[in-house]
Amino acid sequence: MTFTLSDKDQEMLQGAHGPAVKMAMSILARMAEVAGAKELLDITGAHIDSTVYIGDAGLEFAERLASLGAKVAVPTTLNVSGLDEHHWKEWAVPPLWAKQAQRQMVAYQSMGTIPTWTCAPYQTEMKPKFGQQIAWGESNAIVFANSVIGARTERYPDMFDVCCAVTGRAPAIGLHLTENRAGKILLKLKDIPEALQMGDDFYPVLGHYLGKITLDRIPVIEGMSMIPNDDQLKALGAAAASSGAVALFHIVGVTPEAPTVEAAFQGHAPQETIIVTMDILRQARLELTHTDNTKLDMVVLGSPHFSLAEFKQLAPLVAGKKKHVGVKFLVTSSRAMTQLAQQAGFLDQLKEFGAQLTVDTCILTTPMLPKEIEFLMTNSAKFAYYAPGLLNKKIAFGSLADCVNSAIVGEIVRDETLWKK
Amino acid sequence: MEKIKLIGKPVIAGNASGVALVSREPLSFWGGYDWKSGEITDRRHPLSGENAKGKVLVVPFTRGSSTTTAVLLEAIREGTAPVAIITTATDFFFALASVVAGELYEKSFPLIALSESDFDLLKTGDQIEITKDGELIIEQRN
Repeated sequence: MTFTLSDKDQEMLQGAHGPAVKMAMSILARMAEVAGAKELLDITGAHIDSTVYIGDAGLEFAERLASLGAKVAVPTTLNVSGLDEHHWKEWAVPPLWAKQAQRQMVAYQSMGTIPTWTCAPYQTEMKPKFGQQIAWGESNAIVFANSVIGARTERYPDMFDVCCAVTGRAPAIGLHLTENRAGKILLKLKDIPEALQMGDDFYPVLGHYLGKITLDRIPVIEGMSMIPNDDQLKALGAAAASSGAVALFHIVGVTPEAPTVEAAFQGHAPQETIIVTMDILRQARLELTHTDNTKLDMVVLGSPHFSLAEFKQLAPLVAGKKKHVGVKFLVTSSRAMTQLAQQAGFLDQLKEFGAQLTVDTCILTTPMLPKEIEFLMTNSAKFAYYAPGLLNKKIAFGSLADCVNSAIVGEIVRDETLWKK
Repeated sequence: MEKIKLIGKPVIAGNASGVALVSREPLSFWGGYDWKSGEITDRRHPLSGENAKGKVLVVPFTRGSSTTTAVLLEAIREGTAPVAIITTATDFFFALASVVAGELYEKSFPLIALSESDFDLLKTGDQIEITKDGELIIEQRN
């Protein structure tokens, strides 16, 4: 089947809608053909991941589009930036780096976007709806939109997301199409205690395993004995999209396209069935810790960005307590969630505890950590997965309560009650 | 020396030649590739510590982050990128880096998709020549 562009697509490609649209459409059309699309389809929302400053090439791309007069054609949110504009001077961010990162922020903001500066756009009022066709970048946001909301996006890379936003079009491929959203492999939970499923550390561990075992095949999870909340599903998806290329998962009886196993597989048989036992999960949990001792310099929470509900969960854990003087305690979130947490009174307890807040960005995308910080602890499988390679730091994984307790004691402590054999 | 010929799908067509760096494990460039040097830095990946600058990188596909494309584009601009990439699936993230590098710097690189059985024949250290039709001429040491 050959690839055909609509008349309007052709006009865009030929420059009738200006040079920025022409550049975006030429990349979009070329890539749609590479991906084997027959045509493009309309989108009604976008999320741009390319806001993260990596180096001069990404900046040149953004400024080229901006200087050609690029404007987004659909409501478009922005991912984390390279810089917390208000707090970066409190950290080790080099001023020249900050300047470049800010130029990249300005370029994307100039395109008529909504400056949400968050990797969790599904926490904002721009959250998409079931069935909505969108073009999203940022792996955790993609998997959340597809799986938890039932909106439809392919796993789009940086720079492609903005081409879709500027043209309002995306290739009619992959997860945009119903037939490609069927499950491929079945994971059956076996003898996983409900007490563990209720906690927050079960989900990143399961997600880490899911990503490794399924790679890019759509997994269907069966046997959950409770309905996880949005933050638990966020942690699961972010983990699976770090250790693997998962862009959609189904949980039977939980996610919208999986009322039954049959529905999740669209009537097809699973290619493979895997029994997920406690032993498997114990092994996955071990892999998330990349350190061989109990030293601790800093606790980092908020990957993906902390939600209002997570602030609410954290506040009583730290209330009336003080963190150890030798340990930093950082929460990363969006401006919007932080403001709501402030209004709800959750931030006062955090401040008294000695916690610091960073908004707009993330320790993985801004060079904020000083050299002397070597040993990190987190409740995020995504942080745990990327910190060794991106930051060259040692990292330990634990539950939210483990992270708080460790920050108080001054070294890594974990409650093993629910995990031990 | 043994010479074999394979026919792949030229996802992005072009000529290149270099020494192969091969893994069966997918790779994320974000958190996995230092664009300032070309070193593979994913400490959980079998190629951790290897340098892919100027090599023909052979991995089945990308994993994880949406930022892989951006990191690869930086490497192309910096001159620390692989000269070509060979995968099993049509990898959108790698392909986009090549297309954007063509758009910005006229520096696209060939990206070839092989069948899994052909992919399994490749070994680190093979000398690979890629033609613009997607043909691979491989010299293997015995």
